[in-house]
Amino acid sequence: MSIKNNIKISKWMEGSGPESDIVISSRIRLARNLMNFPFTHMMTQKQAEKIFEEVKETIENNSVLAKDIEIIKIKDLSLIERQVLVEKHLISPALAENPEGAVFLTEDNSLSIMVNEEDHLRIQCLYPGLNLEKAWDINSKIDDLLEERLTFAFDEKKGYLTACPTNVGTGLRVSVMLHLPTLVMTQHINRIFATIGQVGLTVRGLYGEGTEAIGNIFQISNQITLGQREEDIINNLKNVTQQIIDRERSARDYLMKERSMHLKDIIGRAYGTLKHAYVVSTKEAMELLSNVRLGVDFGLIEGIDRKLLNELMILIRPANIQKFYETELDEEQRDIKRAELLRRYLGSM
Amino acid sequence: MLCEECKKRPAMVHFTKIVNGKKMEKHLCKECAQKFGEFGIKFDEDFSISNLLGKFFETSEPSIGLEISHDEKCSFCGMTYREFSKRGKFGCSQCYSTFNNRIENVLKRIHGSSYHTGKVPKRTGGKLRLKKEIMALKQQLQNAVKEEAFEKAAELRDRIRQLQQQLERE
Repeated sequence: MSIKNNIKISKWMEGSGPESDIVISSRIRLARNLMNFPFTHMMTQKQAEKIFEEVKETIENNSVLAKDIEIIKIKDLSLIERQVLVEKHLISPALAENPEGAVFLTEDNSLSIMVNEEDHLRIQCLYPGLNLEKAWDINSKIDDLLEERLTFAFDEKKGYLTACPTNVGTGLRVSVMLHLPTLVMTQHINRIFATIGQVGLTVRGLYGEGTEAIGNIFQISNQITLGQREEDIINNLKNVTQQIIDRERSARDYLMKERSMHLKDIIGRAYGTLKHAYVVSTKEAMELLSNVRLGVDFGLIEGIDRKLLNELMILIRPANIQKFYETELDEEQRDIKRAELLRRYLGSM
Repeated sequence: MLCEECKKRPAMVHFTKIVNGKKMEKHLCKECAQKFGEFGIKFDEDFSISNLLGKFFETSEPSIGLEISHDEKCSFCGMTYREFSKRGKFGCSQCYSTFNNRIENVLKRIHGSSYHTGKVPKRTGGKLRLKKEIMALKQQLQNAVKEEAFEKAAELRDRIRQLQQQLERE
């Protein structure tokens, strides 16, 4: 089931793909800069416009790139509309803040080419489930097509040159969004995350750097971009992800076997609250949706699929809920409308 | 550190003079350095590194070494090293070569390496791509020989030869 509304569904929300009970989405992002221009934070408005025009021309003149792609300029969007795209993970918070920024976005939202982000170009591919190879394959091809006309800043020794030295080399950021409720319940999560840091990976919240992990959703990504090949970075992250998936699965099995009543109670209460509550904050909604998702994974709750849960997870965010109801809402009003939305889609089952 | 001459203003210019293998240091403020004739340097109001070094090489004896803590500046975007350290972002791609000596260790600290082994641009990186592919194949060849997979080794050898010829032609 899917929600009919004014907000387009993104490919990554489909709830399909390998390991999709635990891996919500896979993301590959490449940072590229054009030669002979200063980096974005040092550019004049004219230079920023020139970069946008060059990228636009490149995309429009390539039949593969131009297919089903839409140009969105940040300055043409309202503050809420910008935030809607951030909440859907289609653009970065940094891009949303730059009035000279723009994004080329495909119809299914699986590809965003951000212009004038921290780097001149940020190419992002976003797919449902554990699908890093496919995302890399497509992203690398898009990179090649753009490079047919654009000349990227590249150094034989240091690789692709980026504004921040933490991205130099491959310019590659690989990340997976994971739902790990039982690793949190059993408190295994901290030990796992402590180990992750030792293999050059990092854990972040739902919206990347500096954001809190709510609703038991975590983003794991690589930190090292220089000295390793893209394939190695991707494989490393994939292997670690696979191990975390295995741990989460055994924690689920363990709880279902040893603490079955307790687990069912948590899931049932969450579902009940979402179906009948009248005021719900984002954080509470995310926590309850996490438990309902677990119930769906266990087959305890029927008639709801992951796709609907993914959509709800985004629709209840502060900007998306305002866009959904096509009206500006303050925090208190949002909590009421959020509860209304959740009752509507979960309560009527 | 205060200027050794006037002992009032902070020392901005640091000299190291080596005479017959004996090291002498001097720490001066901008004003006093300007007055200081011994090193044969006259400072402009524009206190840029290229200027300073340029003047130094024009006037100095070859046995004198000069060390300056004053900021390096990128000639393309104007970013100084101090600004970079503060912001954590480079101003342009040229900054990487401008500050090359100083960032090597920074990169090693962040990434554990300072050498790119990944993708090379398809259109502009032609030769480099070939070189990297040859290097990778040579590695595979070594492994094949070690494992006594001679048939595979022969295939790899031929492929390497082919690529080397291609490299020479380009």
